[in-house]
Amino acid sequence: MDMSMTWLKDYVDVDADIKDFVEDITLSGSKVEGYTVLGGDIKNVVTGKVLSIEKHPDADKLVVTKIDIGSEEPLQIVTGAKNLYEGAFVPVALSGSTLANGVKIKKGKLRGVESNGMLCSVEELGCDGHDFPEAPEDGIYIFKEEVPLGADVVEVMDLYDESVEFEITSNRPDCFSMIGLAREAAATYDKKLNYPEIMVKEEADGDINSMISVEIKNSELCPRYVARVVKNVKIGPSPRWMRKRLRSVGIRPINNIVDITNFVMQEFGQPMHAFSIDTITDRKIIVRNAEEGEKFTTLDGNERTLDSSMLVIADTEKAIGIAGVMGGENSMITGDTAEVLFESANFNGPNIRITAKKLGLRTDASSKFEKGIDPNLCALAVNRAVQLVEILGCGDVVKGSVDCYPNKLERRRISYSPEKINKLLGTEIPENTMIELFERLEIVVDKEAKMLTIPTFRPDLETDADLAEEVARLYGYSRIEPTLAAGTPTVGKKTYEQQITDIVKDTMISNGLCEAMTYTFESPKVFDKLLIPEESELRKTVVISNPLGEDFSIMRTTTLNGMLTSLSTNYNRRNEEAALFEIGKVFLPKALPLTELPDEPQKLSIAMYGNDTDFYTIKGIAEHLFDVLGIGNKAEFRPQGNISWMHPGRTADIYIGTNHAGYIGELHPTVAGNYSIETRVYFAVIDFSALVEGSCLITEYKALPKYPAITRDISMVIKDSVFVKDIEKVIVDNGGKLIENIKLFDVYQGSQIESGFKSVSYSITFRASDRTLIDEDVNPSMKKIVEALEKEFGANLRE
Amino acid sequence: MKKQLQEIQEKAIAALGQVKQSKELDDIKVKFLGKKGELTAILKGMKDLTNEERPVIGQLANDVRNDIEKKIEQVKKELASLELKARLENEKIDVTMPGHTCACGHRHPLDKVIEEISNIFIGMGYEIADGPEVERDYYNFEALNIPKNHPARDEQDTFYINSEIVLRTQTSPVQVRSMQKGKLPVRVICPGTVYRSDEVDATHSPIFHQLEGLVVDKNITMGDLKGALAVFAKELFGEDVKVRFRPHHFPFTEPSAEMDVTCFACGGKGCRVCKGEGYIELLGCGMVHPKVLRMSGIDPDEYSGFAFGMGLERVAMQRYGITDLRLLFENDVKFLKQF
Repeated sequence: MDMSMTWLKDYVDVDADIKDFVEDITLSGSKVEGYTVLGGDIKNVVTGKVLSIEKHPDADKLVVTKIDIGSEEPLQIVTGAKNLYEGAFVPVALSGSTLANGVKIKKGKLRGVESNGMLCSVEELGCDGHDFPEAPEDGIYIFKEEVPLGADVVEVMDLYDESVEFEITSNRPDCFSMIGLAREAAATYDKKLNYPEIMVKEEADGDINSMISVEIKNSELCPRYVARVVKNVKIGPSPRWMRKRLRSVGIRPINNIVDITNFVMQEFGQPMHAFSIDTITDRKIIVRNAEEGEKFTTLDGNERTLDSSMLVIADTEKAIGIAGVMGGENSMITGDTAEVLFESANFNGPNIRITAKKLGLRTDASSKFEKGIDPNLCALAVNRAVQLVEILGCGDVVKGSVDCYPNKLERRRISYSPEKINKLLGTEIPENTMIELFERLEIVVDKEAKMLTIPTFRPDLETDADLAEEVARLYGYSRIEPTLAAGTPTVGKKTYEQQITDIVKDTMISNGLCEAMTYTFESPKVFDKLLIPEESELRKTVVISNPLGEDFSIMRTTTLNGMLTSLSTNYNRRNEEAALFEIGKVFLPKALPLTELPDEPQKLSIAMYGNDTDFYTIKGIAEHLFDVLGIGNKAEFRPQGNISWMHPGRTADIYIGTNHAGYIGELHPTVAGNYSIETRVYFAVIDFSALVEGSCLITEYKALPKYPAITRDISMVIKDSVFVKDIEKVIVDNGGKLIENIKLFDVYQGSQIESGFKSVSYSITFRASDRTLIDEDVNPSMKKIVEALEKEFGANLRE
Repeated sequence: MKKQLQEIQEKAIAALGQVKQSKELDDIKVKFLGKKGELTAILKGMKDLTNEERPVIGQLANDVRNDIEKKIEQVKKELASLELKARLENEKIDVTMPGHTCACGHRHPLDKVIEEISNIFIGMGYEIADGPEVERDYYNFEALNIPKNHPARDEQDTFYINSEIVLRTQTSPVQVRSMQKGKLPVRVICPGTVYRSDEVDATHSPIFHQLEGLVVDKNITMGDLKGALAVFAKELFGEDVKVRFRPHHFPFTEPSAEMDVTCFACGGKGCRVCKGEGYIELLGCGMVHPKVLRMSGIDPDEYSGFAFGMGLERVAMQRYGITDLRLLFENDVKFLKQF
């Protein structure tokens, strides 16, 4: 909402300078987004009178003028303008002056003839034909009448203004008007608000009730409809003061009647419409719902198709306007309109909003209506409009009005409690101060009964909390003492799960991974890109009904795409390596279509590529994490060859205890290729809840060993296909309870080993807690282990 | 014999004076003091001495031995010290060469901001709450005093799943969920992902992050709101920061305010970053609307509370001088490694 300071001062005597005003009114609750000074750039441009015009000696298109600017010597100015005549009063930019666009004017020579300034067009003064309809399209502005010479044109032409842009919140639709903002300014500075005095002479003959009638068919969508009639309309430009005010708030002046409706809409916030009465069949206004599919051409010339939820203004035959949105081409004011009906009505805000949205037609009027307008404004506004018709002398107003207002909105009475208000604010504001603040807002106070009568333009005031805000904002938020809540003490801490989150993140970072943040919605096309089978549960997704586009249309069921997209970005930016992790949600519908909220399990995802990265790098990270979380001995990696997007020979399922907790491995090269990554990619995903459940952060101390251990190494040549995990199981199962630790220290395949076999070497540590072991204690265990390995795997032992 | 002993002593001392390496010491020790050494050889002649001479010569022989041994020890120490010195000199390395580092990872800048803010509030007695991102319309809007057709719904460009389920447009529904648990007092913050239908550009993203805070207890005042948030701002931005509360409107708080902090770029003097105002908007806040309390089963006559919410991307961008929001979601390691 733009507001002009000049206009504001018509209603309230604000003397603060613009910077202070902007801050003061912001702190009292009407937020200023910014302000611009109109005409502020123009300096040293004065009025002058053309004394003589002579041909330029060396240029056909130029003339040399002498201009009287009220000083002793006339100025010589060379110009190319053709509309000048001797005796014309013109704006003169002196040498050293500045124009509206910041251009500086200096004296100089034009084709050898000295020129001491410039004569100005309205454009050079930051205006155009809408501001000054009398200005020529191409030429110097010539004042309509004599003006004092040498006077500042900013003053003479009334160019100066300050336009302030407000952000009006949805609870204060009344502030979408000059009066509303003037009321706030008056309350802020504790000044009187001067409403315009509305007096209508009503000089035209006739009885309005015999000229028009109004019927509201749907009073829910149209609580009130007021009409007045103006005869002998004379369409023409409106005066400068009105055009200036409209321009200052960004409205283009059109003609006096349209300008009046716009002026009143800005002044009171009440949109109005003017119909040409001749076009209204039977001179009857009917406010009704549109028929389903009804076609209607709005005054912008576009044909619209309406539906039955929309409200139209109609006559007995046809629609003549879409209520609160735009009038019809069939009833618009034209140059020969003689009789005009001014409509000042109230429409249901939400309905207007939906209609405007459906039609894709948001107008000044609809945006005002949709926020909700006080129906008691209708009569005031229409009377103001016809008063302006009289002031502008552009028509004769017929006595009286037609006012359909079946359920008059009365002012609400609510109670107030100074104690509750102070208690909520933490203040000790005296009741009398509160009363004084209420009264600034035109609230009528009954101190005896502790009752307030709330103006109908403030439907937002209902409870003590609402009143507390009114008191606080005028009293000053800054005057509320900051305190620290005493109350019941609470312990601030992270939950167990949040602590695990921290540990996981710290562990990932200590392993060189960077934390990523990816989008949680994506394209349904990613499933094909990821080679996820048609029948996979992962393809059952939560679908956004109004997405930004297909690429952002489903909630992810896997974190793969997000992580791989990020790796792809890194790869294509030639980052040699990238290692990322993310703890993020996936969204798994319980049933489709969605009736219940989906499950939102958290996943720890790890994705990486790089020269020194292989399967065991990523597995090592997982193992380190399990170790830190106390999961180590419960975690198991089982070969998994059936995940379609993973390498069949280089992927393992992760189990924590008996729970399947995720998988880890090398990405299928086809999938990597689909993300334009031409190197091996490693990926792991682990259910966060499995980490939380499996974790054990409580450590129990075990006594340090008192007696030395015996360590035996064994090496064996064994089939390549045997997993070390199975070898270890045989060693542990057969080694007896003295085994303290087994450690794989070498795996070798190469020239000395037959193809299809590998050499595997272990260190086995034995220890007893009650004595020093001797060889004889471990020899039987070693024998059992060796025999079992030979029997189980055909291992060829080389102890 | 006495003379012989003195000669040995002199010879040994002289020999020791020539020693360059510690292994020569052993040879000298053997040569003079060993079982077949010169001193031992001379002492063999002790038996021929008179009873008067024997103790005198014996004493002298012991003195000579002690003296030589002492000298050997002394030379040994000197040599060791010299050798150590030589070794250390020899071991000189180029200390300006780079160290062996283990590749360290980095936390996401947004997560760092969340962590920092969370820690401040944990210190003030808050817990961290969480809620679903795919949320019921009821929690996201209705229970926050934003009924259907409320203009605020338009302002928030909601992604809908269906008429009853939305992608949460704010973290505020967690307020409602926290209150509905029925455990009072409530002191929670909720950082989380939110969704609004904005096209992606340098300052907009359809997915972004907010942090919500809620306190409900008996006798909570707007002064408490100001106090808590002023402490928060000072903790986050430093002691010198000033805060300013401006009246504002949110459907779920009344009175409502926006809190500005002095501009990080100019410190409040007014500059291009703050458009000359000296202040930058940080968060929205207010006293929990009595209707919201009531809808969550809390009696507004007995309890009151305050709530606040802020966009985290903006805080992170200001904190680290990031000018393009998209960088936060690209996950380029060259970017991430800076934090």
